[in-house]
Amino acid sequence: MNPIKKNSKVISKIIIYLILLVASVSFLLPFIWLVRSSFMDIGQIFILPPEWIPRPFRWQNYPEALTAVPFGRYALNTITILIFVEAGVIITSTMSAFAFSRLRWKGRDKIFSVLLTSLMVPYVVTLIPTFLLWKALGGINTFLPLTVPAWFGGGMFNVFLLRQFFLTIPYELDEAAYLDGATPLQVLWKVIIPLSKPAILTVAIFTFMSVWNDLLGPIVYLNDPDKYTLAVGLATFVGMYTGQWNYLMAASTVMILPPIILFFIGQKFFVQGITLTGLKG
Amino acid sequence: MRKLELKWGIILALPAILGFLIWNLGPMIASFVIGFTDWSVAGSPEFIGLANYKEIFFDDFIAKKSIIVTLYFAGGSVIVSMVTAFLAALLLNRKIRALPLFRTIFFLPSIVPAIANAVVWLWLFNPDFGLLNYILEIFGLSRLQWIYDEHQVIPSLIMMSAWGMGYTMMIFLAGLQGIPQQLYEAVAIDGGNWWHKFRHVTIPMMTPTIFFNLVMGLISSFQAFAQPYLMTNGGPNYASMLYCYYIYQNAFQYGRMGYASALSTILFIMILVLTLLIFKTSSYWVYYEGGRGR
Repeated sequence: MNPIKKNSKVISKIIIYLILLVASVSFLLPFIWLVRSSFMDIGQIFILPPEWIPRPFRWQNYPEALTAVPFGRYALNTITILIFVEAGVIITSTMSAFAFSRLRWKGRDKIFSVLLTSLMVPYVVTLIPTFLLWKALGGINTFLPLTVPAWFGGGMFNVFLLRQFFLTIPYELDEAAYLDGATPLQVLWKVIIPLSKPAILTVAIFTFMSVWNDLLGPIVYLNDPDKYTLAVGLATFVGMYTGQWNYLMAASTVMILPPIILFFIGQKFFVQGITLTGLKG
Repeated sequence: MRKLELKWGIILALPAILGFLIWNLGPMIASFVIGFTDWSVAGSPEFIGLANYKEIFFDDFIAKKSIIVTLYFAGGSVIVSMVTAFLAALLLNRKIRALPLFRTIFFLPSIVPAIANAVVWLWLFNPDFGLLNYILEIFGLSRLQWIYDEHQVIPSLIMMSAWGMGYTMMIFLAGLQGIPQQLYEAVAIDGGNWWHKFRHVTIPMMTPTIFFNLVMGLISSFQAFAQPYLMTNGGPNYASMLYCYYIYQNAFQYGRMGYASALSTILFIMILVLTLLIFKTSSYWVYYEGGRGR
């Protein structure tokens, strides 16, 4: 390679790293800002130009913020909802995805494409009649409206994702099992599920994120503070403690931590799952 | 065997099919019907024909403003997020060190819960003590009012949504990594430079991914609710009255279930028309391998 070309290669490399560095700093800045404020005295937060090192280092913001409102109760509620939703989503979306990819039956693909249209229906559009239905059934202020729907296929997004994955498994495996006298249920349990653990884990992670982040559902269905989820609890906290930014930042940091930890643990599956949804099916 | 597959196929698909009927189709039809009534939380509903729609289109200036604001926000955030995500994916699709680190940094904001997101950005946007105004001052620029100004609030929210473009970027990245290297080599052999590669390989090969992100991005940005609910209350002067928030206000704060249902029918039609439009035009600009358009 001639030296001029080599030089320009080096320069373009440097430029790329420079852009990446600046972009990374701006993407991280809100996080740094959040964490730094969560350890500060309320007075120091307002100092301009901004200071980056908390002094004094007020770690007490955390216990104080978390005991100002019953965050433990909120966490327990969130986890309760989470367990029921996860179970419903994982069981019923695996079942449906199996039926829509590994079993041949009349009308299968037509029904599947009709069901997929539900992805285009905004949550609010169905929210009002669903709310009125739950009201008639006496389900307001219970966790039922937030958990029961998960047991009906677990959302077409998850069915789609699992189906995409199931389609990559060789059909010879099913056929061999059927020749040995297996029933479809046994094929699902003994052939497909063991091979699909990464995809099922991906669905579990996505489900965690959506329950953890859900705001509209709990706001609409839960009005007793004892039933609040973390997201709603924090939202009311924001309303109550508008001046106490260090508390708000501490509580927000706690809220952010579980998804981030989960992301780092399941990063591999997460990336796979996102890739899978982007593939055309 | 066939009979067994049919039996189990229907049994196993039943939850999803029932779910579609109970939680999607049923409520949609119900919502459409309720839109013709004056259903309120208290009192019995009465059929009032097109009165709700008449009110939306002729009397309710907030509804009209809300539609415009929502289109502005959805269009803006989809374009800005997609461009940011595409550029980031292009940068990450090179042979660079510490790729997983950079990828994680760009992705992380997208998993921040809406409520925590709102707390952080309320503070960043703060006109007096916020970080953003401080940065503007460093560069000698004048301060902005951000979400506290009628004209700046939507651009501010668009900027905030661009910060959370991580999912879109990951899908773009996966798309870029799926482009066969031979195609680039072929362009290089013909003497093409980076622009030719980008214009005649990257862009055409990425159109299915762009299409996917466009549709998903549009649908999700039409559903934005947390920003007005947590940060702006739809203000100032209804300039951030995003449509879903307006529906929520009517249904659950004013108790006007019938009116809110009519509003949501309009939202559904808007999304349907836009998606159909994108699907219809896709045969002109989306390239599928093997030349088969869908």
